[in-house]
Amino acid sequence: MCGTCGCGEGQMTIDGKHHHSHPREIALERDIMAKNDGYARANRQRFRDAGILALNLVSSPGAGKTALLVKTLDMLGDTPCAVIEGDQQTTNDADRIRATGAPAVQINTGKGCHLDAHLVGHAVEDLNPRPDSFLFIENVGNLVCPAGFDLGEAHKVVVLSVTEGEDKPLKYPDMFAAADLALINKADLLPHLDTDLDLIVANARRVNPQLDIITVSAKTGFGMQDWLGWIKATHADQQSATAAE
Amino acid sequence: MHEMSLCENIREIILEQAAESRFTCVSRVWLEVGPLSCVEPGALRFGFDVVMRGSVAEGASVEIITPPAKARCLACQTTAPIRQRYDPCPDCGAGPMELIAGDELRISKLEVL
Repeated sequence: MCGTCGCGEGQMTIDGKHHHSHPREIALERDIMAKNDGYARANRQRFRDAGILALNLVSSPGAGKTALLVKTLDMLGDTPCAVIEGDQQTTNDADRIRATGAPAVQINTGKGCHLDAHLVGHAVEDLNPRPDSFLFIENVGNLVCPAGFDLGEAHKVVVLSVTEGEDKPLKYPDMFAAADLALINKADLLPHLDTDLDLIVANARRVNPQLDIITVSAKTGFGMQDWLGWIKATHADQQSATAAE
Repeated sequence: MHEMSLCENIREIILEQAAESRFTCVSRVWLEVGPLSCVEPGALRFGFDVVMRGSVAEGASVEIITPPAKARCLACQTTAPIRQRYDPCPDCGAGPMELIAGDELRISKLEVL
């Protein structure tokens, strides 16, 4: 008889040795996202300690995130900013950002459909953003997967262009639920479209009643001052919250 | 397909546990996947089989537990099952409600040899 488990003769053997084939159960209750969330916490702490406002920009491909960022950086002028660009391939977006004079790091995710907190942590080490600066993280264009990955940002900002249809927030509710601000971009196209802007706003608020919403055009600059105001006010709130801790 | 990277996380947790609890073969894995967790169970099963190849969990069967999604109404405090994040309160019509269950993504247990 086996001295370990008490089982009898004739048990299954592997490589001629007695094999304990009695299945046992191990309770784990482990969160699958725990590792990412750990890196995200470390990133968030680093940003707060350095007074950096980190914003995670998410959208479907082609909503105009990069054009919006380029315009934002131009308008922010001498304010210190840094950018992390996420795309599956190419350094095109980081090149566009660097042309504004802002430091940028490109993460190519290869087959990956989202940025994760570990990738962002390494990008931040490379980028070494200045204290009290704004850090914009442009996520991979995808309205699904990036919703589930905390990068350590202060806020997710979802960018939606007016050509995408009024029901986008209802079709992709997770992203709109995870975001704190929605930028409705390409407002300059509205006169040429049948798009009902009020319906986009209503659908977005149906998913997330607390969502701030600003309509902008990166092309004409419409609404951009409101967006810059939101960034500065949010940064000031973060700084005073950190000071109060 | 972020299910693939979730499966890589699952593999990593299983390998850590294998070193700690000294097992060499996982025969079954119970995953708790909330209906509002942004995960497609079919894609998760597919990714699991691919990612576990060559590991202690190769060939393990996957049991997906789907806990019901529940939310609390911020207006009247009613707790009710919901189907979508933006469902209004079935009692008072206010909405959306605050999600209290349904976005879980956990390995709940393993059957090991």
